[in-house]
Amino acid sequence: MSLRMEIIVNGQPRTVPEACMLDELLAAQAVDPAQVVVEVNRGIVSKDAYDTLRINPGDLVEILRFVGGG
Amino acid sequence: MEDELTIAGTVVRSRLITGSGKYLDDRIIKDVLEAAECDIITVALRRIDFDRPREGILDHIPKGKILLPNTSGARNAEEAVRLARLAMAMGCGNWIKIEVINDQKYLLPDNAETIKATQTLSKEGFVVLPYMSPDLIVARRLVDAGAAAVMPLASPIGSNRGLATRDLLEILVDEMTVPIIVDAGIGRPSHAAEAMEMGVDAVLLNTAIASSDDPVTMAMAFKYAVRAGRLAYLAGMAGVSKTARPSSPLTGFLEI
Repeated sequence: MSLRMEIIVNGQPRTVPEACMLDELLAAQAVDPAQVVVEVNRGIVSKDAYDTLRINPGDLVEILRFVGGG
Repeated sequence: MEDELTIAGTVVRSRLITGSGKYLDDRIIKDVLEAAECDIITVALRRIDFDRPREGILDHIPKGKILLPNTSGARNAEEAVRLARLAMAMGCGNWIKIEVINDQKYLLPDNAETIKATQTLSKEGFVVLPYMSPDLIVARRLVDAGAAAVMPLASPIGSNRGLATRDLLEILVDEMTVPIIVDAGIGRPSHAAEAMEMGVDAVLLNTAIASSDDPVTMAMAFKYAVRAGRLAYLAGMAGVSKTARPSSPLTGFLEI
């Protein structure tokens, strides 16, 4: 069994496989990368870096998307 | 008649800007935009809903529209800047509606923090449209800070109370050279027409259309109201008098 680690996604603790990449994290949550913007530890991640950015234990991940608003 | 609205060098055909919030079903937004014939639509940025990870408002907004993300949820300049940068990273353009609110009862904007956020974001290349309380000095400071337009409120957000700030808006129309977009509180087409008759450059509304029983027909009503008000402003309003002024000649009466 692969090792797992805890991270915080949108304010909630989540357990994910260790050494996972950001694109794998998004895929695991069924998130379409084109529809979201991601912050890791308060830094915005550019879309072309999703497959090279490694998620580390304790990382603060924010995944946001556009919704209806005035 | 050539009557174009230009915001930060971009020509906008429609003087009606709509929001995308509060719709019972977002699939209607496409038809609303078509009925309103509007070019600019606002959106908000929020955490993804993991129960519906595939749902996004962008699926319902036709290509070619100018997306105007807002910074709703920001309570100070720092939070507004963070949200604006995130919105820019979505890759849907560089327009931003700054909304800094820390009053939950009236949802009135914090003008001081809005000026600060405008300064930072305009330097970073954003087209900044700040939501503001209609105050002339604040409007001037926002322009100094780099705002491409000012967006004064007519009355509190979602209140549908119309031009409660009318006298202050008139001062802005009189003094400001950047576009004035009346944002918030427009509840009826007649409110929109009244604002346009005064000479504001555009109106932004959401609740009045989204909360109507028939949003598509209401969008059309607002389109005509905005056009009527604009044409009346361009034509020049006839004078007002206390007593009657006959419309028919007072000579050549039939002898009785």
